[in-house]
Order: sequence, then structure tokens, then C-alpha cells
Amino acid sequence: MNKYKKITLDGLIFQNPTLMLVLGTCPTLAMIKSATSAFGMGVTVLVILTLSNIIISALRKVIPNSVRIPCYIVIIATLVTFARLFLDKFIPDLYEMMEGFLALIVVNCIILGRAEAFASKRNVLESATDGVANGLGFTFALTLMGIICEFFGKGSLFGVHIMDFQIAILSQSAGAFLIYGLSIAVFTYVIDAIERARRVKANKLARENLLKEAA
Amino acid sequence: MGMLIAIILSAVLTNNFITYQTLGVCPFLGVSKKTSSAVGMGLAVTVVMTLATLITYPIYTYVMVPLHFDFLEIIFFIFIIASLVQILELIVKKVSPSLYKAMGVYLPLITTNCAVLGVTKIVIGDMSDFVGVASLNMGWAILYALFAGIGFTLVMIIMSGIREKLNYYKTPKALAGFPIAMVTASFICMAFYVFSLIV
Repeated sequence: MNKYKKITLDGLIFQNPTLMLVLGTCPTLAMIKSATSAFGMGVTVLVILTLSNIIISALRKVIPNSVRIPCYIVIIATLVTFARLFLDKFIPDLYEMMEGFLALIVVNCIILGRAEAFASKRNVLESATDGVANGLGFTFALTLMGIICEFFGKGSLFGVHIMDFQIAILSQSAGAFLIYGLSIAVFTYVIDAIERARRVKANKLARENLLKEAA
Repeated sequence: MGMLIAIILSAVLTNNFITYQTLGVCPFLGVSKKTSSAVGMGLAVTVVMTLATLITYPIYTYVMVPLHFDFLEIIFFIFIIASLVQILELIVKKVSPSLYKAMGVYLPLITTNCAVLGVTKIVIGDMSDFVGVASLNMGWAILYALFAGIGFTLVMIIMSGIREKLNYYKTPKALAGFPIAMVTASFICMAFYVFSLIV
């Protein structure tokens, strides 16, 4: 059980693909200009990542090592094509919003990275957990930044108008870069602070134990 | 002539791949620490973008659309790009070892560069936002890809110049690395944004 907890925490926080590893930057920067498209992109990647992790993990003993990357890319490209057809049919508004970047999920380093680093070595259940955790981490980070950008850039949230005050540059790609950079800085700062506090606590405990033993 | 100017201005300045469309940001942030490597990466991307468009555009227009399997474009395009990069690597290695030394290390990275897949997809789509006409013919499409690559190289060089200078200053620990690079990129984007107000 502990193993799955570690995988989940790694994907969500300590190895968050967007904020800690800074992977898949292109769709992130393009999509966080509005909260709706950020959330839609997050969920699409979550689904594709989970499925690709499951398939690649199930096929890991069949795929020859020397041609693994082309195999992974074909699997991912097939899933992306399914996702495009599905969204085009059932959620056309969202499809319109992220049209160009939907196709570019194929070359998203998060999916290929998880396939290479995780799914090709672990069993199906672990890979599925990893896919869901990383996908949720990606969705969470994107939605948060999307909300910030849209709220200050357009004065609205998920397309609902809230206020008239706007900083127009924040809904451009310049603002996306700025918010993404600052989010990474804040996130790493907080994680560092937490780790430091934990280390101090552990040191203190160890010292008390030593003192106790000495006495 | 007007078309040529429109394509150059649009691809290099106003709709620049990095600053406007945020395509190809991974190599932009990853390989821009030194100007020499930024130039190498930029040139390699330019070459691959032009060649990829040269191959994918006719295949899409003359084979995939008439046969009605244009919905499979991504699978075909990524396959073409991956094999193109592989072939290019072999050729460069054989023909010019010195060029391979300078450019070769960047070639494998280019397969997963969104800018290459992005340009092949953009030129087959609706171009009215970019150059004012709905669809490009093959010559203009290849020219667009070439100048998009040049625009990419330009921004890479600007970014690497700034980052080389940044090395001399002490940045706060949380901002060091990617965050400060992104804030820098944000300012470059603002500078390029002004071009779209003028044109």
C-alpha cells in the first residue's frame, strides 16, 4: 500500500511534472491563458497518460528495446487521434479552444517521459496509478495557473465575467510565461520550506533519542 | 512580393513560434544557456522544419486528402518527422563529421520538439490569421516554415545572450534556473508583442 501512496505523492507534489520537473511546457503556456482550456487540456492529458501507461506497461515485454521510442509514439499518437475525434464529436467548444495543441499532445514530454521512465519497467496497476497521479498533478497545476491568468488577464473565471479590472498582458503569452515562472518559484520555495522543517524535526528527534540512550 | 513580406513579418516577428504561439519552448528553455549551443539548436530546428514541411505538405494535400484519411494526419506526420530526423542524422554523420559534432547532439531532441510538428500542422490549416489568405500553396508553405525557423533561431539567440549575462548575477534560490528563465522569456514576449501592434 505504501508503494502506491509514494507513487501518488510523487506524481502530485514531489515530482509534479509541471511545477517540479518543468515538462510539457508548450501546451501549458498556450493553455493557461484561460481556465477552461487549461482544465480541458489537463483532463485530456490525464486520460491519455493513464491509458498510454496501461498499454505500454502491458506490452513492455513484447516491445523490443531498440525500437521502443517509435512504438511508444505510435501508441500515444493513436490515443491522441481517438481523443481528437471524441472531443470533436461530443465537446466541440472545447475542441475549438485547444485545436492546435490537442495534436501536439503526441510530443508532450510528460507522456513519453512517464512511458520511458516508469511504465516500461513497472506492472500495470502501478503504471495506472502513476498515470492518474501525474495527470492529476498536471491538471491541478494547469487549472491553478489558468485561474490566475484568466482572473487578472480577462477579469473572468471559466468564461464567467466577474470584474472590469484587467491586466491585458496576462492573457498574452508574455503573461503565461510570467505566471508559470513565478508559480514554479513559489512552489519550489514552499516544498523546500516543508522539507527543511521535516529535516529539522527529524534531527531533533534523533538527538533526543541519542540523549536518552546516553542517559 | 506583398505575400513574401507578409510571410516574413508574420513568421519572424508578429506570430513568432516561441513568443506568440509558445511552440518549441522545451528546447528554448533547455538549450539556451550558451549562445553557441542556441545557434546550433536553432539552425538544426530550421533545417528540420523546412524539410519536414517539404515532405508532409505534398503527402497531405495530394495523397491523404483525396483518399479521405486526413484524420490520421498526426500519426503520419510524427512518423515522417521521426524518420526524417533519423535519416538526417545518418547523412550529416557521413557527409560532414564537423557539422555533426556541432549540430548532431540536437538532432534526436528535435523529434519531440512541438515547433516541428506545429509548423507542419499550421501550414495545412487556416492561415488567414497569420498571413491574410486562407490556404498556402506549397512554395509559400515551405517558405513560411523556413522563416518560422529563422524566427525561432532569433529568439533563441536573444534569450541565450541574456542568460549568459544573468550568470554574473546572484538570483534568489527559489528563482534560480527555470523560473528566472521564464520571467526573462516573458519580457522578450512583451517586446515581440509590440510588433503585432505596429504591423
